Amino acid sequence: MSATAPTSPSSRSGPVEPAGPPDSPDATTTAAAAVEVRGVSRRFASRSGDVVALSDVDLTVRAGEFVSLIGPSGCGKSTLLRLIADLDRPTGGELTVFGRPPHVARQNHDFGIAFQQAGLLPWRSVRANVELPLELHGTGRAARRARATELLGLVGLADFADHRPDQLSGGMQQRVAIARALAESPSLLLMDEPFGALDEMTREHVQTELLRLRAESGAAVVFVTHSIPEAVYLSDRVVVMSARPGQVREIVPVALGSAGDRTDGLREDDQFFDRVRAVREALHGTDGATGVGRGVDQR
Amino acid sequence: MRAARRWREVVAPVLLGVVALLAWQATVVGLELRPFVVPSPTAIGEQLADHAAVIAAASWSTARNAFWGLLIGVAVALLAAAVSAAVRVVDEMSAPLVAATAVVPIVALAPVLYTMFGANAQTARIVVAAIVSFVPVYVNTLRGLRTVTPVHRDLMRVYAATRRQTTRVVTLPGALPFFFSGLRVAASVAVISALVAEYFGGPVDGLGKAITSAVSSSNYPLAWAYVAGAVVIGLVFFCATLALERGVLHRGNLRQRP
Repeated sequence: MSATAPTSPSSRSGPVEPAGPPDSPDATTTAAAAVEVRGVSRRFASRSGDVVALSDVDLTVRAGEFVSLIGPSGCGKSTLLRLIADLDRPTGGELTVFGRPPHVARQNHDFGIAFQQAGLLPWRSVRANVELPLELHGTGRAARRARATELLGLVGLADFADHRPDQLSGGMQQRVAIARALAESPSLLLMDEPFGALDEMTREHVQTELLRLRAESGAAVVFVTHSIPEAVYLSDRVVVMSARPGQVREIVPVALGSAGDRTDGLREDDQFFDRVRAVREALHGTDGATGVGRGVDQR
Repeated sequence: MRAARRWREVVAPVLLGVVALLAWQATVVGLELRPFVVPSPTAIGEQLADHAAVIAAASWSTARNAFWGLLIGVAVALLAAAVSAAVRVVDEMSAPLVAATAVVPIVALAPVLYTMFGANAQTARIVVAAIVSFVPVYVNTLRGLRTVTPVHRDLMRVYAATRRQTTRVVTLPGALPFFFSGLRVAASVAVISALVAEYFGGPVDGLGKAITSAVSSSNYPLAWAYVAGAVVIGLVFFCATLALERGVLHRGNLRQRP
């Protein structure tokens, strides 16, 4: 997985692929890194003293790699994602996205994002929602339309292009949000519990769909989740975090084949259960049989 | 199905109105109520028919004041809301003033305004209607401009949208339903205040003046006929804003939220 730095199907101009600025020595040695996190901390000042959301976190996400962040509530996994997305700044340490500081990556439109809430604009049609990032960044009307049609086809919502978001179910809205995140063919996709609000059946369906989309786009994904099976099913590696302070406890390699090879049948596979157990034990310590991790779905 | 809906939405309310009028008539006739207590619908109807032109003229005069007042009030409110939303300090500075405007019964200022602008001009009445319609539009629009959901804010930041883009794509469409709910309130209070302001002086035209003079000459059915004129203006204003709201929100695919 690591050796294949996939070339993005993007037709964008400008530097897209991992080669960072020439003055960055890091970029040449680990050319494929989508995200580099080095000793990152984030403290929040509050009246009752500082809250340490993240403490000295190191993490590397290679280009094209799917990495899940899992852990109990308050372990800082969403905070870490927000730092990568430049929606927040670290109080210590350093982050780079494709060798660039997060705010530069953001200005370059290097990544797409999806949240737990679909966050569609209710006054726009489904199509206009998917077109939004392209519109903001000056893509022409015809190209926008073509790309939206293509993406809505990919997420199986071609017939709903002219519907309004509130006419769609939660799962469909979330698929629109994913289509929107993929609109500019980003080389990195950031997802903050995107399926957290969906029922189990819809959830499994969109998970499989996400694997397919990701196999086609070759994008790296950082995926925050509460669900162990979800993390295992989707990821190349699962980053298990612990709370107070938020730290990386263990990184579990999944190695269940490439995204394109994974199908629903994998959910019943012994290897799959084996990885689920490994992640659970990492979450709860080796005697993980006792006690259920707070805020972690056992589903 | 369609017929049933039609029945519920149109025929039923009309029927209720007719029944109410009949009951009213029967009560007045049956109990031999004096006109100063309450005149019968037929007596009011007679006055309406006899004085249709005068009533229409008085209604037109009041409606014009309410309209200009509403227009000015809304324009100033939109401008002020835009400035307050953009510059936090302005909002904080003006908050007490807006609160004062909201609680002071503005029509009570009418006599003062008549002295200021002259008792022969309509200006005082327009000013009263403008101030009264300013408040709901300003408060609602400002709230709308402030109500950007966190997920949309994050999204626009991730897309590195400029401030102008964020305003056009997220803030303004989101604020429109708020503006319209303010406008609906403003339209009703503009009519009421323009009319009530006439009670306190100014030129002799207008519904408020007509009602007081009809009552002082003991012509109670005529006074009620003028009240009917006021009801019509109020309805026209309400329906016009509703139509505007429907038209704009529907065309722009905007959902009504507040």
